[in-house]
Amino acid sequence: MNFVIPDFAPAIPEIVLLILTSLLLVADSIWEKRFQFATYYVTQAILIIVGILILTSFATEQTITFNGSFVRDSFGDILKIFVVFISILVFLFSKEYLMQKNFFRGEYFTLGLYGVLGMFVMISAYNFITMYLGLEIMSLALYAMIAMRKDHRESLEAAMKYFVLGALATGMLLYGFSMVYGATGTMQFDTMAAVIEAGNADKTVLVFGLVFVIIGLAFKLGAVPFHMWVPDVYHGAPTAVTLFLGTAPKLAAFAMLYRILVEALPGLVADWQVFLVMLSILSLTVGSIAAIVQENLKRMLAYSGIGHIGFILLGVIAANPDGYSAAMFYTIVYVVTGVAGFGMIVALARVGNEFDKIADFKGLNARNPWLALMFVFVMFSMAGIPPFIGFYAKILVIEEVVKAGFTWLAVFAVITAVISTYYYLKVIKAMYFDDPEDESKLEAVSYQLHLAVSFVAILLLVFGILPSSIIELTYNSL
Amino acid sequence: MTFLEVIFYLLASIAIISGLMMISIKNPVQAALWLVLGFIATAGIWITAQAEFLGLVLILVYVGALMVLFLFVVMMLDVNITQIKERFTAYLPLGILTSIAIFAIMYMVIGPDRYGVDQMPVPKSMPADFSNTKLLAIPLYTEHAYAFVLAAVLLLVGIVAAITLTLRRRAPSVVLYQDIDKQVKVQRNDRFKIIKMDAVVEEDVKPIDEDEEGKK
Repeated sequence: MNFVIPDFAPAIPEIVLLILTSLLLVADSIWEKRFQFATYYVTQAILIIVGILILTSFATEQTITFNGSFVRDSFGDILKIFVVFISILVFLFSKEYLMQKNFFRGEYFTLGLYGVLGMFVMISAYNFITMYLGLEIMSLALYAMIAMRKDHRESLEAAMKYFVLGALATGMLLYGFSMVYGATGTMQFDTMAAVIEAGNADKTVLVFGLVFVIIGLAFKLGAVPFHMWVPDVYHGAPTAVTLFLGTAPKLAAFAMLYRILVEALPGLVADWQVFLVMLSILSLTVGSIAAIVQENLKRMLAYSGIGHIGFILLGVIAANPDGYSAAMFYTIVYVVTGVAGFGMIVALARVGNEFDKIADFKGLNARNPWLALMFVFVMFSMAGIPPFIGFYAKILVIEEVVKAGFTWLAVFAVITAVISTYYYLKVIKAMYFDDPEDESKLEAVSYQLHLAVSFVAILLLVFGILPSSIIELTYNSL
Repeated sequence: MTFLEVIFYLLASIAIISGLMMISIKNPVQAALWLVLGFIATAGIWITAQAEFLGLVLILVYVGALMVLFLFVVMMLDVNITQIKERFTAYLPLGILTSIAIFAIMYMVIGPDRYGVDQMPVPKSMPADFSNTKLLAIPLYTEHAYAFVLAAVLLLVGIVAAITLTLRRRAPSVVLYQDIDKQVKVQRNDRFKIIKMDAVVEEDVKPIDEDEEGKK
């Protein structure tokens, strides 16, 4: 048995994140009573350090280490940088909200950091074991974060639903993994692809496993018909956690989809393409129609998120590098827009008023014209109206799927996009044309949040006018 | 039928029956016990398939630790049995149909056609000094060291999550806490304050004149 010590260098961001988070966990229990916000500031500092580490060691070529269980490439690095960026924003938004709802605790931030670590592991996973462990680390942290608001029935219910369905989904995923492992005899993604390519694996068993893998993936992404948990959990969870739940994990879930379907199972492309077409059509339909009747903004955004997943899948259906890049670009845009959307709710939430109903936004223009304008940016970007960046995301995905020969699917996607514009405009109508129930001025909870919401919303406009930099980034990474 | 086959079919039928009993029985304590039986039967199958370490771990961890803990919880909580059962029969026809369908598919895909004894030969018997545990341990600490560390992180997150959700720190107004730092650092001035005040002068009581008293 000759064992070579693996190269640790590619995993330095993960290692640093793990060590610092564990130290913070200990430190938090010591200083918790004396310095209430210390954990929060250290959390942000850790995220910035990790972000800088990734940026300075940005991978231009693929390196595989730890005996083929870890991969570092530019695709992963870009996603990780966005995970860090999004998490910084999420924690920024969370602080005030946690104080207000009376569950500000250091564990919220340490669990959040472990969640980020789980996402990193998922993004960099190169075999089934690490993929599964990353997914579990992330999910476990999220379950606990949802349930943290112990005096709030809906949160506990949401945590329970998410936990039970999440466990079911990972069960499916594991069953699929075991089938694929049984058929190919390997866990590692590149050798798996090679075995399938060489025709040494039983196709029936592979496809049988693939079905379960896709069910698990669809659960995690929230694609129809495995979407039942999405609206309930988004609605029930404390808004600050919804903000986290609905954004950063989607990047990790996309990485999981890409690594498993494209890097490990490219030999089954004809099979998974069919599944994804079905998932995509159903997601687009439900996402555009079910959202219309929602009165609650968090629920509406959850359904709109399901629709966005349908669009992301369109890019993967194209099954070529350009298509995957378009899907990746769409994921990043959706996640950033989601931060602005849920962030607005967090910024306006008050003690005794979650500010999560569309009715709450009535006459926002009269009460706070600037924030109303910012929310218009967010809604327009989600609807895909130029010059906001959501427009480019949609157009790229649709372009790729047309190139791949699925014109009918593109037409269908455009129709659902038009339908979904209705409910985005409904919110804008409420803000500008309805009379406010309460004429008083309305400010964001803190000036920081006011700036943060404005920053993200303006980012949507700026990148919408100059989209080429991010598009090139994603197109060059794959 | 060889002796090994007899053992296999015996253990397999015990596993199936206990699995069915576990999901259909009313009392959660009995269900847990059926599950224990299922675990033991499965462990037996693993051991006959030459995976001794896994079989023993299944008994030690699942039967020995997990299920005992689970029974503890179930016995401590007063679970209302009739309520749990109410919706069970309503879904029974659908459940049976689905399970038959899934079983049929599984039989076709991973049944004897593909994974029968003809395709998958019986593993050759190892000598007595062959260590199954060592065979698992070496890759665990070398090849899969990264995954091993991650599993540890997963457990840590589990601990943090469980403590966060169950620890209810009651307010100092409800329960008295001892803060040793505070006790050590305490100064005389924190505890009592010396207030200067004038001495209270009581009025002199006039001695009663016996003569005057007598006059009254």
